[in-house]
Amino acid sequence: MSAPSSGGASRDGYGSALLKLSNDPRVVVLEADLGKSTKSCLFRAEFPERTVSMGIAEQNMMLVSAGMASSGKIPFASTFAIFTERAFEQVRNGIARPGLVVHICGSHGGIHTGTDGSSAQSIEDLAIYRTIPNMTVMHPCDDLSAEELTLQLLNHEKPSYTRTARNKVPRIYNEENVKEIKIGKGNIIKEGVDVAIIACGVMVNEAKIAAEKLENDGINACVVDMHTIKPLDGKLIDKLAEQCGCFVTVEDHSIIGGLGGSIAEYLSRNKPTPVEMVGVDDRFGESGGTTELMAHLNINSDAIINAANAVIKRK
Amino acid sequence: MARKCRIDIVEMVHKAGAGHPGGSLSAIDLIVGLYGTGFRFEKDNPDWQDRDRFIMSKGHASPAVYSILHNLGVITKKDIDGFRTLGSICQGHVDMKWTDGVDFSAGSLGMGLSFGLGCAIAAKMDGSERNVWVMIGDGETQEGQIWEAAMAADFHKAGNLNVIIDRNRIQNDDFMEVQMEIGDIGNKFKSFGWKIIEIDGHNMSEIVDAIGEATNECSLPCAIVAHTIKGKGVSFMENNPSFHGKAPNDEELELALEELS
Repeated sequence: MSAPSSGGASRDGYGSALLKLSNDPRVVVLEADLGKSTKSCLFRAEFPERTVSMGIAEQNMMLVSAGMASSGKIPFASTFAIFTERAFEQVRNGIARPGLVVHICGSHGGIHTGTDGSSAQSIEDLAIYRTIPNMTVMHPCDDLSAEELTLQLLNHEKPSYTRTARNKVPRIYNEENVKEIKIGKGNIIKEGVDVAIIACGVMVNEAKIAAEKLENDGINACVVDMHTIKPLDGKLIDKLAEQCGCFVTVEDHSIIGGLGGSIAEYLSRNKPTPVEMVGVDDRFGESGGTTELMAHLNINSDAIINAANAVIKRK
Repeated sequence: MARKCRIDIVEMVHKAGAGHPGGSLSAIDLIVGLYGTGFRFEKDNPDWQDRDRFIMSKGHASPAVYSILHNLGVITKKDIDGFRTLGSICQGHVDMKWTDGVDFSAGSLGMGLSFGLGCAIAAKMDGSERNVWVMIGDGETQEGQIWEAAMAADFHKAGNLNVIIDRNRIQNDDFMEVQMEIGDIGNKFKSFGWKIIEIDGHNMSEIVDAIGEATNECSLPCAIVAHTIKGKGVSFMENNPSFHGKAPNDEELELALEELS
């Protein structure tokens, strides 16, 4: 299945990448009764013999993946982001600690998932996986970048967690320029000198919208797609600290421990620079339409504009 | 061999001043029986892909694993003398990243059967005849993940997966009947679709027969319920919950070695 031309959800990119990875016989796919949602169903339809259905049992899925990785396979295991969290200790002790290369995908991350309500809205996944030694943590912004980054995992020698989103968003990349992105390297979407807006996932689009509006007010903002939260692209942050002198971090995630947390940690240790964080402010989500929920929780382009104006004053 | 391993176990734990002698001594006859019954591995090539796998899920019984690896010549006396010390390949709980011949990083109970299932499914995909052996404790079956794995092993027809349950009836704090008795473990696995063999886990002839029978059974995963005595071989440790996770002192070591020699 090809991704829709008008834009697509990052989960679609994950699904299409799995199909492209099928050429490598080591690649196996594990799912926990949510293959239709995470889009691993695309692989399952074509390669049932290399798809392992684990039922609704995420802890078992993580360790079965680890066992397969120790036996020469490259497992891609997916479920909802929130349900990977149920198996956090399994990921920590069974996958990352022995350094087994298992690639976990948590779909439907963040409050963007909307009406299902807070039980389904993972807002702490990036933070918890970031604490595990050896883990790579990613959150791509559209279907094309999700596909590209997932394809790059084939030759990635560390276990990884990739959060994808349920909803379609306008594409940030096109078929050509998406090939320039690399795991571990932030990507400048728009150059600017007054403030650096660092975003991940669905919020990259909001950051782009905010930057366009700021331009009308005479503020030249730089926008970065920081699709890899760990390892963090410190070189780029160093450069932007010099270039812009202040930061706004933007994520559909708790402001504690995720993208904003990691950038604040980096800057406080290397080059103290004013930071404002746009994200879920230490509370759970709730049911609601995506747009109204983002406004309600103050994590949309308007919130980014306010944060940018505030942080520029702190320079 | 089992006697030599038992001596290693008590000496290792005594030297480290910490460790888990009780569950190591209950398991060691089973482990010796397994490695002595056609368990396919190459001691000079521990990463051989087609080797059988031994997943020690009750990872606190690491002295039992290190003792067999020592007596088979995979690791050295110096290695086991370093048990639990900084930089030693013999970590507190068995760890595949640190020790040649160890197939799983354990220490958190309930995970090894799932890992073994992953090894078994991969072997089937590869058309390999390698067998996967997982050892779990009876207390460990209180972890829900064990039953997730038991259900999935039946569904995926993992006939190359075998579990040995060290049924010593004692867990960390006390006897299982005090903490959380599991009842008829064999029947529970049977209801999940497994073939069951019940044995005396200290009778070598029963152990060897059970391992052979489990290996021959192709279509169903097999559970060997091995009735054992915690601390077996050292009188004051036998059936004594306090030696689940306690090292013998100097005097107790001397007494233990007298009984084992």
